[in-house]
Amino acid sequence: MFTVIGLMLGGMGIGFLLRKRQLPRIHGIITALIWVLLFLLGIEVGDNKQIIEGLATLGVEALTLTIAAVLGSCLTAWLLWKILYKRKGDET
Amino acid sequence: MKGSLIIVGFFALGCICGLFHAIPFDIEKTDISFYTLCALMFCVGLSIGNDPQTLKNFRRLNPRLVFLPIMTIIGTLSATALVSLLLPHRSAPECMAVGAGFGYYSLSSIFITEYKGPELGTIALLSNILREIITLLCAPLLVRWFGNLAPISAGGATTADTTLPVITQCAGQQFAVVSIFHGFVTDFSVPFLVTFFCSI
Repeated sequence: MFTVIGLMLGGMGIGFLLRKRQLPRIHGIITALIWVLLFLLGIEVGDNKQIIEGLATLGVEALTLTIAAVLGSCLTAWLLWKILYKRKGDET
Repeated sequence: MKGSLIIVGFFALGCICGLFHAIPFDIEKTDISFYTLCALMFCVGLSIGNDPQTLKNFRRLNPRLVFLPIMTIIGTLSATALVSLLLPHRSAPECMAVGAGFGYYSLSSIFITEYKGPELGTIALLSNILREIITLLCAPLLVRWFGNLAPISAGGATTADTTLPVITQCAGQQFAVVSIFHGFVTDFSVPFLVTFFCSI
């Protein structure tokens, strides 16, 4: 499970060592790999009857989680905003 | 927006292929997706390490605002943990793993599929795409209700790129640096937090 994170940290180290050299194609490769992985996820989902039949329910669950996540993070952001800018002006 | 549509397009195409069994062998029994994920994370690491601009940007950051990504993480995780009470067949760590995607739908859904299966992976994909869309659409309202930092927290890991324009428009140009910093930190936390919540 931690192989993946190790690889990312290794990549960061190598990227940092190579920072004098531009890696122009890296973003294209990342995009292509994301496409492949989501295509594979799609295949697993399409192949799985339970998921296809429950897609509406999954959508409602996803929406509920998202609204909660957005509201929760906005509340904590509001809290920080109040703490930081209560007395001072509104300049950052 | 165009990038997101293409990604959803690939997902939909995959669904159709899976539905009609267009692929002759069973993907789930191979390790293709795991090795692709490894390659992806290595490339993500490379691109982060290789970009000298990120470090330069952070020197101009207001030091008090380093807490914003932490607030986003705390707010998101506690809210999704609470919602797990409303969703009886989802455990709190599962809900928190979905929340810990912070809008980084490609990576979080891939991770969650790998560790928890395609059902929760699909929820993660939908939920995190919605997070980006809600931020793009509701940024002006969020500023009015919760102050100027709110759209940045709502945007999660997307605030360094896709939602940055709308944030600077609604909250003000002076929030661009904190927005990029926030996006970078939450982005970076996604693999760690998602893996963590999938493993407990």
